[in-house]
Amino acid sequence: MSEQPEIDYEAFREEVRAFLATHLPDDIREATRLTASMFPHMPTAIAWQKILHRQGWAAPHWPVEFGGPGWDLHQQMIFREEQDLAGAPSTIMQGLFMCGPVLMGHGTKAQQEYYLPRLLSAEHIWCQGYSEPASGSDLASLKMSAVPDGDDYILNGSKIWTSNAHEASHMFLLVRTSTEGRPQQGITFLLLEMDTPGITVEPIINLNGVQEQNQVFFDDVRVPQANRVGAENDGWTVAKYLLEFERSMSYAAPLKKRLRQIRRSASEEVAADGTPLIDDRVFRRKLAEAEINARAFIATEMRVNEETAAGGSPGPAASVLKIAGADARQALDKLWLQTVGLNGVPLQPEALVPGNNVASLVPDHALTAMATWLDDRSTTIAGGSAEVQRSIVAKAVLGL
Amino acid sequence: MTFALSEEQQMLKDSVDRFVAQDYGFDVRRALAESDLGYSAGNWKTFAELGWLSVPFAEENGGFGGSLRDVATMTEALGRGLVTEPFVPCLVLAGRLVEILGSAEQRQTILPPVIAGETQLALAHAERRAAGNLACVGCTVQADGDGFLISGEKQLVLNGPSADLLLVSARSGGAERDRQGVELFVVDAHADGIRRRDYPTIDGLRAADITFDRVRVDGTARLGDPDTSIDAIEAVIDEAIIACCAEAIGVMEVLVRDTVEYARTRKQFGTPIGKFQALQHRMVEMFVAHEQSRALLLQVIGEFPAGGAAARRAASAIKVHVSRSARLIGEESIQIHGGMGTTDELHIGHYVKRLLALEALFGGTDYHLDRYAALID
Repeated sequence: MSEQPEIDYEAFREEVRAFLATHLPDDIREATRLTASMFPHMPTAIAWQKILHRQGWAAPHWPVEFGGPGWDLHQQMIFREEQDLAGAPSTIMQGLFMCGPVLMGHGTKAQQEYYLPRLLSAEHIWCQGYSEPASGSDLASLKMSAVPDGDDYILNGSKIWTSNAHEASHMFLLVRTSTEGRPQQGITFLLLEMDTPGITVEPIINLNGVQEQNQVFFDDVRVPQANRVGAENDGWTVAKYLLEFERSMSYAAPLKKRLRQIRRSASEEVAADGTPLIDDRVFRRKLAEAEINARAFIATEMRVNEETAAGGSPGPAASVLKIAGADARQALDKLWLQTVGLNGVPLQPEALVPGNNVASLVPDHALTAMATWLDDRSTTIAGGSAEVQRSIVAKAVLGL
Repeated sequence: MTFALSEEQQMLKDSVDRFVAQDYGFDVRRALAESDLGYSAGNWKTFAELGWLSVPFAEENGGFGGSLRDVATMTEALGRGLVTEPFVPCLVLAGRLVEILGSAEQRQTILPPVIAGETQLALAHAERRAAGNLACVGCTVQADGDGFLISGEKQLVLNGPSADLLLVSARSGGAERDRQGVELFVVDAHADGIRRRDYPTIDGLRAADITFDRVRVDGTARLGDPDTSIDAIEAVIDEAIIACCAEAIGVMEVLVRDTVEYARTRKQFGTPIGKFQALQHRMVEMFVAHEQSRALLLQVIGEFPAGGAAARRAASAIKVHVSRSARLIGEESIQIHGGMGTTDELHIGHYVKRLLALEALFGGTDYHLDRYAALID
């Protein structure tokens, strides 16, 4: 590890805090408070990214040469923590965490120069076209065809579980350009504009009653071959590279937020004997257990980050992050829902719409507990189910 | 804080790993555990010569000035070898109490022979009715001229059979579970009025139940200030919890590694059992539990220097997490080894028994959950 000049982390934290105190608008904070999803409320998240961009802070984890602020991992963690504490929206991940790093690693100079600045400024909003109706966890079996025609590909087929497709201007996607060899070998990585003729976006309403996911249909959609990232039939390499960068996303940050939400609810709810739930011995034991599990996970993530920052391979510990992070999150969701009791039952979606003027049926602290539980069911399904993740670790790490 | 080992820690780790690899094969360990002493006096001498016994102590007391992380690095490596020599009972528990509470004269008299490997210490504190509560002391002490008389019973004194000196807690006032009134004394293990019942523990180590019947010690035998003894006992036991959790993490590492290896080679229905998804996922759970326990251990060690509530919370957090992981890993290791896992012949069961003993020591899981819960703001 190269010796950097000593960073004053407390001063950095103060700087971030001061910025958030003066630059985070109330309407954005309010929209975040009402958001149960792991994806941010898009209009306010875009507005917030533009504010951060003016400060040079839109992409804390990007290298300086591409517009990042040059922070180390600990500074990034502090920034993320302070953002959460202040009530700022989470990062729009498909662009800043996924598409951006892929272009840095595998894009042409022209692609980098065109897309990266627009991605930073939130002019372009990206969605990810990976899953298909018949290809979920078995991603490599995807079938959507891309047939060369002059300078273009012609796309036919369908993508599903496309988060934010209805709000995105662009999509990065995997298509099949060959059926020869192993399924992984005929896949190509493309970029396209969502207003290209032949694209239809159909909403999928989730258990929360919210449109977050979509199915996207492609009917003779023309995409320039210049929009290909990497070589034809080498898209799987690009997709795997992307997965490595997904690690930059913190699974620990939402756990810390959830623990705060649980504590707040427990201090406002009461036990059967009328005393605050937070003082109840049985409840405290459950909270202690949940907090210790969360701390173990947070420590694991810190350890992986430290090893990555030191230039080493994060090693086997990295592979546990997705498995353990999702489990810890769902365990906290469950405890939160138990904590709010009957306050989880009323259905009032209009109370979760940012800017609404309805009188909420339940106290503020309980507003998103049920919606969060429902939304987070997908944490053990999306991006490769928990079962697939375990099979991958069994094979790749344990050598079974 | 940092998770990586320093150069010095790496050397300590390599040194213990080398010893385990060269001199502590499982057959050697089995023979030691079945011997009268329960460990090797020769090994203990070697530990002294290698400087290992000096690691937990400050330089001014003739020690190496090691940190808690240094100690944990060693006990983790000792855990991998299932080493029976009484490193934690003699040094981390009793030795450190002398270091923290002892007068300059007591430290100068007691610690150098301990570090030289010539004196064995044991802490006689746990009692039958304590249920993890460290303040629960029913043994009594009363003044007797310029000395004291100690009476009562102590349970499961680790390293008790080998101890030359016992550190004995006894109550000079207050009720059975009051923090006030608990005092500590250095007692010659062979003094009149001491009755010892020695036994092996489930994990092949040695302990004793000890009865004190008006055992007389002179005025200089009192260790530390009566008002602060219980705080020192608690602080030292929290350090021992860290050391033992590190040891458990070493034990678990072997269990995960060897269970995976067994599943790769053991064939049933014409295929290695490690190809069965039902078993694969369970071994991944073992692996995940172990990785998380290790990361949490290193993180909570970083919180120890702050002392007070932070240190108590840290110790309880890791005790709970390691106990949960140890249960999972221990039980699954036996299950996945099938019939062989249930035999005395295979090392697996012996590693599991060490985990069971460690889980029970210094307060069980529920005790530490409650202790942690009481410290949540």
